[in-house]
Amino acid sequence: MLGFAIRRLAQAIIVMIVVALLAFTLFRFVGDPVNQMVGIETSIEEREALRERLGLNDPIPVQFARFIKSAAQFDFGTSYQFRQPVSDLFLKRIPATLELSFMSALFALAVGIPMGIYAGLNRESWVSKLFLSVSLIGISLPTFFIGILLIFLFSVTLQWLPSFGRGEVVQVGSWWTTGLLTVSGIKALILPSITLGLYQMTLIMRLIRAEMLEVIRTDYIKFARARGLPNRLVHFRHALKNTLVPVITITGLQLGSIIAFATITETVFQWPGMGLMFLQAVQNVDIPIMSAYLLLTAFLFVSINFIVDILYYLIDPRLRVERA
Amino acid sequence: MPNVTNEEAKAEVPVFANPADTPSKGALARALDSDIFHSFLKSKVTVVAALGTIILFLLAFLAPWIAPHDPFDLSTISIMDARVPPVWMEYADPRFLLGTDDQGRDLLSGIFYGMRISLIVGFCSVIAAAILGITLGLVAGYVGGRTDAIIMRIADIQLTFPAILIALLIDGATRGIFGALDREVFSFYILIFSLALSFWVQYARTVRGSTMVEKNKEYVQAARVIGIPAPIIMLRHILPNVTGPVLVIATINLALAIVTEATLSFLGVGMPPTQPSLGTLIAIGNDFLYSGEWWIAIFPGLALALLVLNVNLLGDWLRDALNPKLR
Repeated sequence: MLGFAIRRLAQAIIVMIVVALLAFTLFRFVGDPVNQMVGIETSIEEREALRERLGLNDPIPVQFARFIKSAAQFDFGTSYQFRQPVSDLFLKRIPATLELSFMSALFALAVGIPMGIYAGLNRESWVSKLFLSVSLIGISLPTFFIGILLIFLFSVTLQWLPSFGRGEVVQVGSWWTTGLLTVSGIKALILPSITLGLYQMTLIMRLIRAEMLEVIRTDYIKFARARGLPNRLVHFRHALKNTLVPVITITGLQLGSIIAFATITETVFQWPGMGLMFLQAVQNVDIPIMSAYLLLTAFLFVSINFIVDILYYLIDPRLRVERA
Repeated sequence: MPNVTNEEAKAEVPVFANPADTPSKGALARALDSDIFHSFLKSKVTVVAALGTIILFLLAFLAPWIAPHDPFDLSTISIMDARVPPVWMEYADPRFLLGTDDQGRDLLSGIFYGMRISLIVGFCSVIAAAILGITLGLVAGYVGGRTDAIIMRIADIQLTFPAILIALLIDGATRGIFGALDREVFSFYILIFSLALSFWVQYARTVRGSTMVEKNKEYVQAARVIGIPAPIIMLRHILPNVTGPVLVIATINLALAIVTEATLSFLGVGMPPTQPSLGTLIAIGNDFLYSGEWWIAIFPGLALALLVLNVNLLGDWLRDALNPKLR
């Protein structure tokens, strides 16, 4: 177990170093930090002095080490657009993105699992076929278009739900803000969460359905039925439990892509999160924000992958035997 | 078997034989009689999807000849016609079947031309990604050792990130490097470049896997023994035998590339409004959604969804049809 964890950790660290190298290249060579800090009338000598003071004339490895050191202390330089430290900007926006991602993951699980179980158990019923066709359409519709359709239906036509922003937010603790404590905040969360979670929902539904179909055919289920156990017990105690292993893995891995796709959803709904800020940074070539976003999401993905790997190892005993 | 005719003997040639060895008429007859074609006819959904795809492709590529208006011809556009609703609504204009956008351009023609741009970007990026991925996969699989390890580690790292994020980052970085260049001209190439770099991994992994199997077979060893240089062995001997799965990936990736392109354009970092793809059209229409002019965003969106759905269905079928396990 320890050996496995250490191997995985080493891999994760290598990935992070490569990503840090990319982020550093982006930060140092694509954007010229000096050009952004001075005005047009600054003389060449003054620029050179600033360059020296910022350490931009040091050997590249030294600069890279300094970049990693400050990134580890959550210091990513100053945004070109906002003239504020990038870390402050991110701190302000992280709660919005995490809240949205969490709610859409919840939506995907709460709707996708029951649909998948139903479609797996009643393979031939027309409701299952309807679920499958809907899921195919859900996969084919681009996220942003789903958002537009929802806005058109529920905000413009029916005027039930707001189409942009987080609504009223409440400050919790020193920097966390939440929309879950006000009515307008919860209302504002509904459409973006569905938009973001729909793809994951269809994925989970198809996965559970496929796993259920497979498990139902196995001998131990036939045996459970032969023993005369009630259907409810066979389906939920015996079958569902064994379908959950891949679901946990996929859900964990999908958490990363939820956060990535939040960029799109946040743009459609003008949701004030990290994704919207990242997109504005791409449009305005705001390199410090881009490189910080790259590092942060990479860290998030690598951590999630690491945890999922370890969980998988703990849940599935077969992996342990193979490694031994 | 003394009286087997020439035709019958040909029919027994397996599907994977080099098509150049047999005359074209026999090849067509064989294709119509193959397993794959039968499984195609058996699945009604696939036939409908294939027809739909063909119709949409024709509409897109014949746009200059069949579109009722030319959205790029400024002399025929009048701002007085702006935001006219579709014909079945009030205040409609019979000239514009699906209404017009904010500049008075006919929406139906705009969709045809937009679909054309979406498809061109989609095809170009799929081809670019395939060339990159196949080359790296062939080299990794054939050379092996450290080269293989490096290429595959890069692929692993890239797979950790969703393609859309990579495309966004590459797009942003490229525009940081070529900031001074004309966006209108270069956004097409930047887009293809970022899409190709986001999608090459799947090809590389698949091709590497099959190359490692093929390179130990006798025909490759024979070629090596008679002194054929490695690049030629890879291109002329191994490549033709590993292209089956590549076709499936390419079809599925075409749908993915179209969606990703539309998303990037919608986010404002893809095709510019002067050369609108479907995503750009939706982005333009999105601004008018709230004032009740829904058709400007919804119709291009439906066209995009239809296109992606049809290509996806074809890809799904192709994957199952070429998968020997499911036969």
